[in-house]
Amino acid sequence: MAQNTDNILSPENVVYRKPKLMNDVQMHYCPGCSHGVVHKLVAEVIEEMGLEEKSVGVSPVGCAVFAYRYIDIDWQEAAHGRAPAVATAIKRLWPDRLVFTYQGDGDLACIGTAESVHALNRGENITIIFINNAIYGMTGGQMAPTTLVGQKTSTCPYGRQPELHGYPLKITEMAAMLEGTCYVTRQSVETVGAVSKAKKAIRKAFEASMAGKGSSLVEIVSTCNSGWKLTPSQANKWMTENMFKFYPKGDLKDTTGEK
Amino acid sequence: MKKEIIISGFGGQGVLSMGKILAYSGLMEGKEVTWMPAYGPEQRGGTANVTVIVSDDKISSPILSQYDVAIVLNQPSLDKFESKIKPGGILIYDGFGIINPPTRGDISVYRVDAMDKAAEMKNAKVFNMIVLGAFLSVCPIISYEGMEKALFKTLPERHHGLIPLNMEALRVGGETILRMK
Amino acid sequence: MHNRVQKKDGGLIGMAEQEVTLMKGNEAIARAAVRCGVDGYFGYPITPQSEIIETLALDKPWETTGMVVLQAESEVAAINMVYGAAGAGKRAFTSSSSPGVALMQEGISYLAGAELPGVFVNVQRGGPGLGTIQPSQSDYFQATRGGGNGDYHVIVLAPASVQEMADFVDLAFTLAFKYRNPAMILSDGVIGQMMEKVVLPPYKPRRTEEEIMEECPWATSGRRNSRQPNIITSLELKPEEMEKRNVHLQAKYEEIQKNEVRYETIQCDDAEYIIVAFGSAARIAQKAIETARAQGIKVGLFRPITLWPFPAGEIAGLAHGKKGVLVAEINAGQMVQDVRLAINGEEPVEYFGRLGGIVPEPDEIVNALKTKLM
Repeated sequence: MAQNTDNILSPENVVYRKPKLMNDVQMHYCPGCSHGVVHKLVAEVIEEMGLEEKSVGVSPVGCAVFAYRYIDIDWQEAAHGRAPAVATAIKRLWPDRLVFTYQGDGDLACIGTAESVHALNRGENITIIFINNAIYGMTGGQMAPTTLVGQKTSTCPYGRQPELHGYPLKITEMAAMLEGTCYVTRQSVETVGAVSKAKKAIRKAFEASMAGKGSSLVEIVSTCNSGWKLTPSQANKWMTENMFKFYPKGDLKDTTGEK
Repeated sequence: MKKEIIISGFGGQGVLSMGKILAYSGLMEGKEVTWMPAYGPEQRGGTANVTVIVSDDKISSPILSQYDVAIVLNQPSLDKFESKIKPGGILIYDGFGIINPPTRGDISVYRVDAMDKAAEMKNAKVFNMIVLGAFLSVCPIISYEGMEKALFKTLPERHHGLIPLNMEALRVGGETILRMK
Repeated sequence: MHNRVQKKDGGLIGMAEQEVTLMKGNEAIARAAVRCGVDGYFGYPITPQSEIIETLALDKPWETTGMVVLQAESEVAAINMVYGAAGAGKRAFTSSSSPGVALMQEGISYLAGAELPGVFVNVQRGGPGLGTIQPSQSDYFQATRGGGNGDYHVIVLAPASVQEMADFVDLAFTLAFKYRNPAMILSDGVIGQMMEKVVLPPYKPRRTEEEIMEECPWATSGRRNSRQPNIITSLELKPEEMEKRNVHLQAKYEEIQKNEVRYETIQCDDAEYIIVAFGSAARIAQKAIETARAQGIKVGLFRPITLWPFPAGEIAGLAHGKKGVLVAEINAGQMVQDVRLAINGEEPVEYFGRLGGIVPEPDEIVNALKTKLM
């Protein structure tokens, strides 16, 4: 029996494996959460680009606060919202390194709006990976800047009402308007096809950062089944039916091919 | 030697630059100097003043209670600083626009009509050099040569052609000054 | 006046000269930083310290030493840029004045928590709130007690001259890197705006990549040679672990208190009275002492140079047996609390100060000495 398994576990038979840069630790993310998939894509792209010794990630405050536990590269944990400022300095002082931030909607589009917009507008050669799940996950399901109109959270328990709470913020559309950005895209990771596209987007963004083409923003429209109080599959369905209408997927800007 | 000097006037009269030239000249002659401006929005049209200390020894406070010399270029400055001159000290003022002249009897009072002289020289910009020339004629802490060196050092090269005019203004200041008391 | 020319490479001719010159305290900070191998400056303009970023912008050190200069979108961003830079092993600093430094407190607490050698300058102005642009020393508590959240200290250097503004830049970085702890230069509008003679420090090149790796094996610049990843963070959710981290920090602070106290005494040998003052107030107090001594009052000056660690033992020792101590400061009585703690009721300790941007005159300090202690 053992012999049979050994025969199967040969390199030429590998169709899928955990990226080398994913640490062998238990993740704190809820089952069904999109974070784990996006972490894996980031790890894979860094590995494929051969940048494991040249990468510095900046983790946010929010569910991804412990991103540094999972991907086997150097990390700095930033104060809430300040990751783009932290990344700006690292990249400017180590210009040949891959510097990226990994931020949620509250971190990027609320408390850190100024840092995000200005780093992107300065054209810092960094990539921002933006997880948009329309809710505050870590603090227990409060309203996010990207919470949809009508969506219920613990701080808008009767649903988001524009006259009470204002409108959801399309920060990715804002980023696409800024002179400093070279690549702005919106992806998701709920299907195999979507995962594959998201990975390509992350790769393109990292390549643009290394080539010094300007700032990149990769938004991943994500689920938070715990915060949304849905099962993982219901959450995927809810995202597909509601989130994609307000946050349509695809590239919003791509000047990486230009000189 | 130690001279504690206040220069005060309207913003835009060149009060801070006058202090700067004095401080640079002191530096060039190997003296200790401090230049402490009253900074802020006053620079723009309000009153401006600067304390300059030139000394052979290390200088303690850049902020003073009393001065050896007050150079005042308008009425508000005269009102503010006349009482802060040490007994036996020097007051130099430009008579232009002065309605209430100084009254103290225990100090030396000089008047220099630098505003008028600058008009005569058809160059408003030499106003502050006339004042400085007047000051140096009664309080020769820095030689004219020292001043000239300082001008070469502080002015950008494209303005070096103006140095002879400035030196002339210094001399005019020395000739114009009038002892009042 | 050009002595000692230490040229490193062709690009640095003209900036390597050691020269006696006249400049503002703010300019001295900027020019000293370029010369002592600083890698980056991140700042946001605010009176009375904008000359620091203006001087750097004018001098273009990115073309000579390669130093990065960036005008940030806010003080919050600026201090977090310093966090990123310091976490990556680089010598980086920011500067601001009181309201801006208040904004930076979040970042400073994070620097302390993550044990990063960031440097920042506070050219103080009067508060509270938007306050005034005139000089003040009213951020003493904020500087010496930590200022942000948590149990921490930053090393606080208080320059009293333009020369010290220049000299303390390198000192701040040296101490910051030695202890992996943020260090601060606490100045004020008087020292920042006044011009004095200054000899800038000799040119020191920026550290090479290898030198940074050797000095800062903890820095995050990519885990070269397959080393374990470096993680810069102040977060630890388990209270047992967080307590350990705090105990470690406290042990480090004790070490700093043991090793790094700096102060100056002037005319204390025969003194019957002592004035304790720092920064610009110490300069004004010196003049007050000249005046008082001319009137036959034997008074000396104790000037703390490090405000944290505070020279408590040294002040207590010096004050012992004296007739009294006057603490002169440009605030409502902040350092006086530390002096009273140090002296512990053994000798009378009085306070004199002016508020809201008014700088006391020397004679006011003489009067306070006479009326409060004599």
